[in-house]
Amino acid sequence: MKRYSTTAILLHWLMSLLIIAAFILGTIMTDIPGITPTKLQYYAWHKWLGVTILGLVAFRLIWRLTHPIPTYTKPLPLWQERAAHTLHISLYVFMFALPLTGYFYSLAAGIPVVYLNLLQLPVLIAPNATLKPILKEIHEILSNGLLIAFVLHAAAALKHHFIDKDDILKRMLPSTKE
Amino acid sequence: MYLFRFLFLFGFIISNLVYATPLKIDSTKSNITITFKQMGVPIDAKFTQFSSKINFDKNTPNTSTAQIDIPIASFDLGDKQYNQEVLKKEWFNAAQFPRASFTSNKIKSRNATQLDVDGTLTIKGKSQAIHFVLNTKTIGKQQIFEGTLPIKRLHYRIGEGEWADTSILADEVFIKFQFTALP
Repeated sequence: MKRYSTTAILLHWLMSLLIIAAFILGTIMTDIPGITPTKLQYYAWHKWLGVTILGLVAFRLIWRLTHPIPTYTKPLPLWQERAAHTLHISLYVFMFALPLTGYFYSLAAGIPVVYLNLLQLPVLIAPNATLKPILKEIHEILSNGLLIAFVLHAAAALKHHFIDKDDILKRMLPSTKE
Repeated sequence: MYLFRFLFLFGFIISNLVYATPLKIDSTKSNITITFKQMGVPIDAKFTQFSSKINFDKNTPNTSTAQIDIPIASFDLGDKQYNQEVLKKEWFNAAQFPRASFTSNKIKSRNATQLDVDGTLTIKGKSQAIHFVLNTKTIGKQQIFEGTLPIKRLHYRIGEGEWADTSILADEVFIKFQFTALP
């Protein structure tokens, strides 16, 4: 069985944890009424996660484009292969679009992003009262899209593993052999 | 003829004895902004309204006086929710203390373009003696005064209770101001 490269596997699981954390924080923090220190803290952490995810996905895309993924051991029906490919592409789109819309939303609100409290990231646009609610809305809609894609992605992987009993999921698991 | 000369000289001397004259401040070219750090992020806010009574004489700066009055409700962070928040009791308590003010006590010349200003700043009912350097410059017929005054927000109890945590909101706040006087 040919599995994904160690780098790909590492990025996959690390990023899934970061993305899940960002999603949970995003859900909780927007539910906090009013303005509280905790809310501001969650917003900061959420943005730091977003910036980290954006950096990692850029590297991950370059890796993906320069390192061929393992071919299927058993050929899949064409519709499944196409569906998988489409879902994976949309996941990459979400992984870029979410941090980017979030970043510009913050700038439109006049709040620069200071990564890990240390490094102020470039202020690419001036505060913009028109863009602010638009970017906020897009960011939220995209996060819902990501949730759906994530559920489909995880469900399909589990289907392949437990129902089809093939090695699709195993390809993305770290080897226990060394 | 000597009478006229005498009167003219007399008037000339008198006019130079006149103390610092009140300046007409151009509010479109004047501003008061504050900068503070929230979890490392620099944030700017401004006061869109303020009234000022500045008497200034370039030649005898020590006769100058300044009185600035700021309605707290004119605070603008660019977001309605935040603007409402700062009026609350833990922040400015605008209901009880609707205005902040500065009154100068002593102004003296530091060098050709700078003045040393000592005065009292009152925010949220708390007064503090403060000192800052005021930069002056003249562009055409306009006289411009500008400076930066660092204050510690906790001195004035701005941000109480859970908001006193300076890791969330830094203690040091910079008040940057510019007043442009019309000829």
